[in-house]
Amino acid sequence: MTMVATTPLRRSGRDVAVPALDAGAGRRAAHTEPAWVRLVIIGFAIAFLTVFVGLPLILVFSEALSKGIAFYLSALADSEALAAIQLTLIAAGISVGLNLVFGVIAAWAIAKFDFPGKTLLITLIDLPFSVSPVISGLVFVLLFGAQGWFGPWLMAHGVQILFAVPAIVLATTFVTFPFVARELIPLMQEQGQQEEEAAISLGAGGWTTFWRVTLPNIKWGLLYGVLLCNARAMGEFGAVSVVSGHIRGETNTMPLLVEILYNEYQMVAAFAVASLLALLALVTLIAKTVLEGRIEQGLQHHDH
Amino acid sequence: MSTLSRKRSLPGFGLTMGLTILWLSLMILIPLAGLFVKTAELSPSAFWATVTAPRTLHALQVSFGLAFAAACINLVAGLVIVWALVRYRFPGRRIFDAVVDIPFALPTAVAGIALTTLFAQKGWLGAPLAALGIKVAFTPLGIFIAMIFIGIPFVVRTVQPVLIDLDVELEEAAECLGASRWQTIRRVILPSLAPAVLTGFALAFARAVGEYGSVIFIAGNLPNVSEIAPLLIVIRLSEFRYADATAIAVVMLIFSFIIIFILNRLQHWAQTRSLAAA
Repeated sequence: MTMVATTPLRRSGRDVAVPALDAGAGRRAAHTEPAWVRLVIIGFAIAFLTVFVGLPLILVFSEALSKGIAFYLSALADSEALAAIQLTLIAAGISVGLNLVFGVIAAWAIAKFDFPGKTLLITLIDLPFSVSPVISGLVFVLLFGAQGWFGPWLMAHGVQILFAVPAIVLATTFVTFPFVARELIPLMQEQGQQEEEAAISLGAGGWTTFWRVTLPNIKWGLLYGVLLCNARAMGEFGAVSVVSGHIRGETNTMPLLVEILYNEYQMVAAFAVASLLALLALVTLIAKTVLEGRIEQGLQHHDH
Repeated sequence: MSTLSRKRSLPGFGLTMGLTILWLSLMILIPLAGLFVKTAELSPSAFWATVTAPRTLHALQVSFGLAFAAACINLVAGLVIVWALVRYRFPGRRIFDAVVDIPFALPTAVAGIALTTLFAQKGWLGAPLAALGIKVAFTPLGIFIAMIFIGIPFVVRTVQPVLIDLDVELEEAAECLGASRWQTIRRVILPSLAPAVLTGFALAFARAVGEYGSVIFIAGNLPNVSEIAPLLIVIRLSEFRYADATAIAVVMLIFSFIIIFILNRLQHWAQTRSLAAA
């Protein structure tokens, strides 16, 4: 599989010159569609995105605030909600940290060197994207559950992994594994290794070269990968649901609490917690757009 | 080519490569291998009995069938949306462009309860649809809708950069040679987009097959009617039937890999064919 694959990657910041809807005349008109066709296509795009994507998002906030702002805030200040927010922040913090370190290491090995089996290695790193979240959780149940490989040993030594925070962190790390690496690999490949080689030949050590040359070059791409990784880590549901055990106030992350509240018909509370996650998604998208501009600029700067 | 020796001039290959393979093995490969080892504990006949049980077969059928149908809708709708976003200017274009990423960024549980409320009998869209006699929430149609939601960014974001980079001169050449607009689209533009379109289709399909969070709320989850395969895995786990859960997971994984492999081949074929034509 090529590197385009698996997540909707950064879109190109460039725009081609396109015919304006009202610019009927001129050379452009020769290769565009009749006005009514254009209107139908634009109308379809707007209707589709509004109905399937826009409305659900608006609905989250509308439902969350349907009993007023005071009710909304009290739902969020609930002790279970606070515990869920705390656990989500901890789990995301650890797994993003792990994937950040791994992503940089893997990208260095893959982008800066040539070796046989590189495509296979990239495919393996991408593997978690093609595994159902439920299966991602299942693999850890099989390892650490009572009937699992390490289950009896862990139980004998009083170590709790499954239905506790460690399993939540593991499952989250599994599903977010590729994010940072797959963002950095193409970026570092595009940048090449001339700058690092220059630094080395001038007498800099490997570490110095990385901190002073490579890191400044990849910082925006790195932040971009961390951003997407974090959004997925905080929002992960299926994998975490399988390993968490749903112990209230202890092993419920925010998405799991959303499910519990919803199933108990506490709609406003469910949507209140959901609205925080939706806000996170919106902030991520805005930050992503800003970073795309930065990365584009960085690459252009690099070209000259 | 001296690339190999030149590239080896940077330090740290052994260390970073070693750490990469170690961490990849511990975190991804060994846990996934455990899945297959666990399945091997079942005798072949027990495995076969599990995966051909009517409830399992039905769940697999729902997941794969509806995911395929949803990916087909995404393919067509995605192409139209990309065309509108790239080739036309209209008010709010940039906002709609950003909106495309929402299914990717919104946590699946949030999407799940939002879609369910939207399409429930008294929901904003569910009420008018109910008046027409169409029930969406808690039916297979609901699963289908959730899968369309989750898959749309994959098609749009894979095709969009290719259409942006497509050389307008090719179209102009086709028109100079007397092709009609429709002929140009069918013979020049669509073949160039085909590899990206197939990739987007495969990604949307793979995602929808395994999707859990955004589907289970709207699905209704009736066994043999609207139960998806990932949910059946969760149910089997909660019954402590680990071997059954694992058998279903292995079938899903193998099917997904086969389908992705076939579509990869197709994409490769489309790529070489469009190169040969160019």
